[in-house]
Amino acid sequence: MKKTAIIGAGPAGIEAASVLAGSGVEVLLFEKSETPLSNLKDKAFLFPDFSAASDMVSELEDKLLKDNITRCFGTEIVEIKWKGTEWQLVSGKSEAWYADSVLIATGYSTFDARRKEELGYGIYKGVVTSLEMEKMIREGNIVNGHGDMPKRIAFLQCVGSRDEKSGNHYCSKVCCVTAVKQAIEVRKQLPRTDLTVFYMDLRMWGQGFEEMYRTAQEKYGIDFIRGRISEAAATFDDRVQIKTEDTLLGMPLRTTVDLLVLMVGMEASAGTRTLGASCGIGGEYGFIKTISPHLYDNDTGKPGLFAAGTCKRPLSIWDSINDGRSAAIAIKDYLDTLP
Amino acid sequence: MKISIFPYSAFVIPFLVGVLLLLAICTYKYIHWISQFDEAQRTIIRHNWFSWKTIPALWEMFREGLVHFRILRKNIVLGIMHQSFALGWALLIVVGAIQSNRTIACFNHEQSIEQLNTLIEQDGWYSFDKDRRYLLTKRVTYDEAGHKIHLKYHRPFYAAIFYNYFIHKEPAMFKHSKQYADLMDGILLYIFLGLTLAFAKRIWSKSVGMRRTTSHNLFDRLAKLSLWLIFPLRLLSESITASMYQNGGFLTNAIGSLFNPDISGHLEWASWLCYSLALLVFFFSMPFTRYMHIFTELLLIWFRKIGVKESEQPTGYTKFELNACSRCGVCIQGCPLDKDLNNHRIQPVYLIRGLRNHNRPAKMSIIADNCLMCERCVEDCPVGIDISAIRRMTRNKGKLDSSGNYSYLTTPKPFNAIGRVVFFGGCMSHLTPGIPEAMMRIFEAAGQKYWYMDRDRSICCGRPLRQQGFRNQADDLKKKNTEMIINSGATMLVTSCPICYRSFKDEYDLGIPVMHHTEYIDILIRKGRISVGRDSRRVSYHDPCELGRGCGIYDQPRSVLNAVTTLQKTRNQREKSICCGFNMGNTVLSIEEQTTIRNDALRNLTERPVDAIATACPMCKKAFLHSTNEYPVQDIAEIVAANLIK
Repeated sequence: MKKTAIIGAGPAGIEAASVLAGSGVEVLLFEKSETPLSNLKDKAFLFPDFSAASDMVSELEDKLLKDNITRCFGTEIVEIKWKGTEWQLVSGKSEAWYADSVLIATGYSTFDARRKEELGYGIYKGVVTSLEMEKMIREGNIVNGHGDMPKRIAFLQCVGSRDEKSGNHYCSKVCCVTAVKQAIEVRKQLPRTDLTVFYMDLRMWGQGFEEMYRTAQEKYGIDFIRGRISEAAATFDDRVQIKTEDTLLGMPLRTTVDLLVLMVGMEASAGTRTLGASCGIGGEYGFIKTISPHLYDNDTGKPGLFAAGTCKRPLSIWDSINDGRSAAIAIKDYLDTLP
Repeated sequence: MKISIFPYSAFVIPFLVGVLLLLAICTYKYIHWISQFDEAQRTIIRHNWFSWKTIPALWEMFREGLVHFRILRKNIVLGIMHQSFALGWALLIVVGAIQSNRTIACFNHEQSIEQLNTLIEQDGWYSFDKDRRYLLTKRVTYDEAGHKIHLKYHRPFYAAIFYNYFIHKEPAMFKHSKQYADLMDGILLYIFLGLTLAFAKRIWSKSVGMRRTTSHNLFDRLAKLSLWLIFPLRLLSESITASMYQNGGFLTNAIGSLFNPDISGHLEWASWLCYSLALLVFFFSMPFTRYMHIFTELLLIWFRKIGVKESEQPTGYTKFELNACSRCGVCIQGCPLDKDLNNHRIQPVYLIRGLRNHNRPAKMSIIADNCLMCERCVEDCPVGIDISAIRRMTRNKGKLDSSGNYSYLTTPKPFNAIGRVVFFGGCMSHLTPGIPEAMMRIFEAAGQKYWYMDRDRSICCGRPLRQQGFRNQADDLKKKNTEMIINSGATMLVTSCPICYRSFKDEYDLGIPVMHHTEYIDILIRKGRISVGRDSRRVSYHDPCELGRGCGIYDQPRSVLNAVTTLQKTRNQREKSICCGFNMGNTVLSIEEQTTIRNDALRNLTERPVDAIATACPMCKKAFLHSTNEYPVQDIAEIVAANLIK
């Protein structure tokens, strides 16, 4: 039986593993953490249908219960080498595995908001990231730095994406709709809290997104202000004073909120950077580079080496799952050409 | 018939013309420039022109004008090159003068009046010794009875320059004259060493330790050619004369022995003429090319040493600075724009040349605008030109509203902060709130009452505007800030931002001590007002431009870091520190270009294994934080605050 190694047990990796195992390929599934889907497990609800993320987690986990999938969790692959006829995978503990083909699905990590120090993350109690907000929504415990119910919450888009200074010129694609989704979720839990989203553009690219955005304004009374926040400062009672500009009105704005939510962008994860560099397929911003975004979006140009999911660029969950599936087909085609 | 003054030595005429032209042009220029000094500069000159400051001025003129101490210390090969031309040539003149003086003294001692009378013409004030070719003037005095009582040889001043031609016949003219000849040859050889290095520098600049040399314009290259020809022609002429009379020093004699004396006889006059012509070309081109620096540098050193400074507007002093630049290209070596961005058109050498040549203002402001003002070149400049001041004057000052309406700031009532420390975070610290937060904790740990002046509402210190040439606008801010600080009754000002620090220290007159927080923390630790523990991290320190090169604060940050953590040295540290690329001095670089420079600075900081990067400037901190590096970036205040023992 031909063997494929998949690095990363996220939506893309699991979907690819499932498809390949179903078509009779032996799959080695590596995951750095002890459990799969750690990024997805942080989510509460998924856009645009507000389905529970936990449902998707259990469905994806079920897909792994196939005989020819070997789970190597808690194993971090640090190097992949082509050995003439097969690929060698080396873990951080210097163990080695061999496979006919390799799928890199090492995913993303979120932008470290501490790098935008002017926004005060890690310094002021009232500044949180979208990940922490998602957790509070999941736990139904949305509180400010003092553990009280916040009266005003501001969401700030594009933290660490579309940002020349932090070096990330690209759009992270999912934050716009995530902020709308989170604002609606917060509204459902805290009906009397003021909610404002500060944005550059709202890119409602997916099916149902535009409707969500409209509902957020009309039904849920969420304010949207075009402008970026230039700096945040703490007030004496640990609230957050923000300075911004309403660029549609052309007016500077200074206001105080209880909670500032930073919509952190996606970056290539550490694993993506390491493997990309070690195989010579690293592209811009540390993401993996594929041959062409049109027809060969899973091929890296190295024989038997494929990539899927957010290790290539920011993608939504459904895009990642589709990409995993398409990678599985590309791998199957490749394996069939082998003797 | 009276014989001509120069019957056998007319070749000295080009030299004489050259000297006269040089003196006339230089004198005219210097007087013209001095007349353009402003009132403040004139007052300083009137008060200090001859004072105790003259002695260090003379010493520095010797040290830098002749020995080139500063270049020697930075790059010994380059130093020797410059030194050999300056010191070597000066020695040729001085030793030549001594040599010719001693010869004349010898003649006067040896010759009786009768002998002299047979040698020289009886009439006229000049005379010429046909045999010896000495160009000599006689001075005859008569007693009351009309008898000659005194007759003396006098040498014309150029005898020193063409000594071997005029005095060649008797090698042992005076005691040690042979040694003098050898010494002169030795000096010439020393100049040839410099010439070889200069040639090597042109062909392959790395051989003299320069990444890149200045690209000179046509006039500079012609002047350089004439300079390079002077010494080989002198050697040739002296050798030819030596071959005819079997004299000369070890070098000229040896070379002369290779020539046929008969042919030499035909070539001698012509070769001395060529030497003289080379001198003419060089002297005439000097005031109009980079070689104007030779005398101007000496005057500049004297002006600077007695306390003259650049003013905000171009003055005669600026002219002296512009003309004191030798276009040596040292400023190109450390420039991050050259090194990282391959932009080699904006360095001080080109800015100064453009200004000297009166290039179009539009073109000049493009050059002037594109600079980080990191002052790496100021640190390196062997002449010590105040290039930042010149750049500020030249910058493109577009329209900028200068209403100065800062009424929204409430001026504190007197005694608001009496006896307290004013803490001025600065605009940049507002973008790195971790730094002021850490400072608050340190003030509290030290039990120091403070007033955080710009916590809520603030205005800028004015330096970023001043750096761009907006003097009036900066003055408005300065006025308002001064009023607020003085009214507060505070006894000291502490700031977290090196830009503000330099502004308050150099541009303001607050009458209270101004400290950067690294200085302040250093004192707190030394006096035991705060107690700190140590962490186990290895930290590299980035010297901010404005704090290090700008204000000379190198030791206090290091002393603080050594107290709380393990400080790693870096290759380019202290004066050689690389700008973080985000210096407010530059408003035209793109983010990508700034990032490229930043990455260079980052490489320098992480060459050796470190656990964190420390800096003392919010701007530098932001620059390094923006990068996707795996090292934590912290201000010294934050590192100290984290290690405070309560």
